[in-house]
Amino acid sequence: MNSPLLQVTDLAKHYPVAGGRTLRAVNGVSFTLRAGEVLGVVGESGSGKTTLGRVVLRLTPPSAGEIVFRGQDVTHLSRRALRKVRRHMQLVFQDPYASLNPRMSVEQILAIPLQVHEPSLGRADRRSRIEEMLRTVGLFAEAADRYPHEFSGGQRQRIGIARALICRPELLVADEPVSALDVSVQAQVVNLLLDLRERLGLSILFIAHDIAVVGMISDRIAVMYLGRVVEIADTLSLFNRPRHPYTEALFSAVPDLGGRRDRILLQGDVPSPVSPPSGCPFRTRCRYAEPDCAVEVPSLVERSPGHLAACHRPELVLASPLSDVAPLPRLR
Amino acid sequence: MSAVAPSAAELPPPVLAAPSAARRPALRRFMRHRLAMFGLVAIIVLVVACALGPYLSPYGPLTIDLRHRFQPPFEGRHWLGSDQLGRDLLVRLLLAGRISLTVGFAAMGLSTAVGVVIGLVAGFYGGWVGTALMRFVDAVLSFPAIFLLLTLAALVSPGVLTITLIVALTAWMEVARVVEGQVRSLRERDFAIAAEAIGVSDAHLMLRELLPNIMAPIVVAATLNVARAILLESYASYLGYGIQPPTPSWGNMLNNAQEYLTSAPWLAIFPGAVITLAVTGFNFLGDGLRDALDPRLDVHR
Amino acid sequence: MTDVLMVEDLAVRFRGESGVVDAVEGVSFRLREGETLAIVGESSSGKSVTALALMRLLGGPPNCVVRGRATFMRQDGEALALLSLPETRMASVRGRDVGMIFQEPMTSLNPVHRIGAQIVEGLLAHERLSPRAAEKRAVALLDHVGIPEPALRARAFPHQLSGGMRQRAMIAMALACRPRVLIADEPTTALDVTIQAQILELIRALQHETGMSVIFITHNLGVVAEVADRVLVMYAGQVVEDAPVDVLLHRPQMPYSAGLIGSVPRLDDVRRRGGRLAAIPGNVPDPNTRPAGCTFHPRCAHARPDPCETARPALEYVSDGHTVRCARWREITV
Repeated sequence: MNSPLLQVTDLAKHYPVAGGRTLRAVNGVSFTLRAGEVLGVVGESGSGKTTLGRVVLRLTPPSAGEIVFRGQDVTHLSRRALRKVRRHMQLVFQDPYASLNPRMSVEQILAIPLQVHEPSLGRADRRSRIEEMLRTVGLFAEAADRYPHEFSGGQRQRIGIARALICRPELLVADEPVSALDVSVQAQVVNLLLDLRERLGLSILFIAHDIAVVGMISDRIAVMYLGRVVEIADTLSLFNRPRHPYTEALFSAVPDLGGRRDRILLQGDVPSPVSPPSGCPFRTRCRYAEPDCAVEVPSLVERSPGHLAACHRPELVLASPLSDVAPLPRLR
Repeated sequence: MSAVAPSAAELPPPVLAAPSAARRPALRRFMRHRLAMFGLVAIIVLVVACALGPYLSPYGPLTIDLRHRFQPPFEGRHWLGSDQLGRDLLVRLLLAGRISLTVGFAAMGLSTAVGVVIGLVAGFYGGWVGTALMRFVDAVLSFPAIFLLLTLAALVSPGVLTITLIVALTAWMEVARVVEGQVRSLRERDFAIAAEAIGVSDAHLMLRELLPNIMAPIVVAATLNVARAILLESYASYLGYGIQPPTPSWGNMLNNAQEYLTSAPWLAIFPGAVITLAVTGFNFLGDGLRDALDPRLDVHR
Repeated sequence: MTDVLMVEDLAVRFRGESGVVDAVEGVSFRLREGETLAIVGESSSGKSVTALALMRLLGGPPNCVVRGRATFMRQDGEALALLSLPETRMASVRGRDVGMIFQEPMTSLNPVHRIGAQIVEGLLAHERLSPRAAEKRAVALLDHVGIPEPALRARAFPHQLSGGMRQRAMIAMALACRPRVLIADEPTTALDVTIQAQILELIRALQHETGMSVIFITHNLGVVAEVADRVLVMYAGQVVEDAPVDVLLHRPQMPYSAGLIGSVPRLDDVRRRGGRLAAIPGNVPDPNTRPAGCTFHPRCAHARPDPCETARPALEYVSDGHTVRCARWREITV
């Protein structure tokens, strides 16, 4: 494959907080996203994954690092110059209630991106593009004339996706797009994203806290902890042979239809990103931690082709979720 | 596992509801607010009376009738009595109302517009622009309004236009503060970020996404501003810095009545009562709107 | 094992501007001592309303009418008819005999009071304790639910705690008076998967220790598999399947239950790259306009015009402890 669609190098986002201290929400993150690829970003609240998505889209300026999108350095583009780039990179939100303006009809909501990026489009053409898009995301064309409050959560999420895709972007950042939805509706939206990706050749940065959902949809997965990527690998490689204890714990936390298992329970919450632990940020919750882990921050090291992990104990053999899933007859 | 891609046919249409349904509770809450309804009725009566009243009266506002000076109210030819020059008090009151209400509404419009623009810009751009604007607002606010008003009025020749400008200049800060605070918090909300991610222009973001969402507090502040403007104009005119005789205004009628307070108290009582009625009317209306438009009271999800 | 709670023909009808809504119809179940009963369903299936109705937290007529019988057996053997109990007695049932926890602890924790004070208040309302002893108990409870530095956290306000810690604090509050039954309404839905695992483990451990019964309300069958002994699947206000958890997960009879199982993303799904989850198509019907016949038929792959679109199916016996509301359950394999 030729040059990547998105290349992020040493990206950081710091916020000043009270007391002259700094909150390092994103702390030196690098990755590439190829055209047509889905990169999953997984981590708990406070891992910086949402901030990462916002910075990549330049919705908030980065503190350091570089973002190259479609071969263009967008790190320092002005608000005005960014507007032209925005047509190619779009965002889907977690909360399908808060991200749609309740005072606008669905047609008005979907018309805005077209008015901004394709102003030459006539009224009739615009309407037909909107109806086509609504059908693409599995809604009736007549939905255009209704208001957001008339739809269920899953349907609203489809409207949010339609708004993001109507100008045919190349990159979609999906920030927890299913975690506010019922499980049954989650499955619909995940399937829709899989369909759209195949049909439109979309590249997706898929951000979520549930590694099972991320695994369903992603080609590669980056695991984030306290603003850093601690492991990044092809999905199958990550599932077959996790190389970071945090990844192992994330697998273990997924509720399984097979019923109760011995799980690795992570103790407590993610530490505050204002005062992260010394050395390896994960060591305070890691069951394999040794005194040496507190000394320095581990760097991301390639452990097998394309599989990088940041752990001081490369000798560990961690549990793969694919080897011990309880047998349960598949339905359908 | 089969591929079950949801298609249009599988999705039942959502229930149709009138788009206005979400706002109807606000109207109902407003209608139930007795004081607000009283305020609204009082304002409508005042406005209609001031607009039409003088045409229906046989007396002109400046018609001097020295034979019927100091006529007490409710007896004789003048319903509300007459003043020291025999002018009909009711006609003068209504005509003064035109001036006072015009100043009130015009100053409200002007101060609201200025406040909204400054608040929007300060809240939207933030940074040093926002800080500078809001510190300026704080600085102006720290002057007592009446002091500011009298200082300005002393520097220019008084008239309807100048007094409107001056009153507006002392009343826009509250609106700016309300708008700035709202805009700053709304900017972080998903729908605003969504619009920004689409790449809309700053003007679109401010006027089409943010402004409609803060109309309620703006309307409330504007309504209360009318009351304030009427009051300020009355102060200024009463103190002689406002509308100048012979053009009547509620304030300068009070000024004129001072001399005759003991001999002809109605000359002070009626303008005073009308000012109170107008000011409380607008205040009640504003309070009612505030309660009715408070989105926290809406139960829709 | 003895029954702690018996519910018969519970029905809840709301009267609103948009007309009459039957949120819950004919729900019956028994909760045994020490058992965890999961009530599963999508939004607006009536699962939360069922719990709120039992706790009499729905408000009264004319806007809301609750019918049916609900009998709660107290520790001392006294049987309480929950739906007709005077409000003063009911207040002592809530909090002392039955504890409740919710999806968003912030809605039930008072934001202006310290965590410890809120637990103390509950303790003093139901038990004879000196304020000092209550305070001690509160700190011990916070410690018990795994809150680090409990004495310090007792003085914290709810917003100063993380989501997981708030949920733990709420569990401490709900369990302060050692209730016989804990009603947990989507307690982990708003949490990260890692924190969800912690909370599920905590509830399990506390249940093991105290022998309380749990009603666990959720939309996620993955969670059900982790905690439940028995499962009540609800759809459009009715129970559509009632079975022991293993039976439900391995041999569901109702196509809806099977759909909920298929919707749960599983770790081994990655083996079939590009595959799709077995989503249930469509949406939960609007409570104002529920379909005739079986309420699930518009979304059901096994639906036939006759009988599914004509007659509302009854709950049918499958085997001991397993009932299903599907007219075609004998003919189809889901």
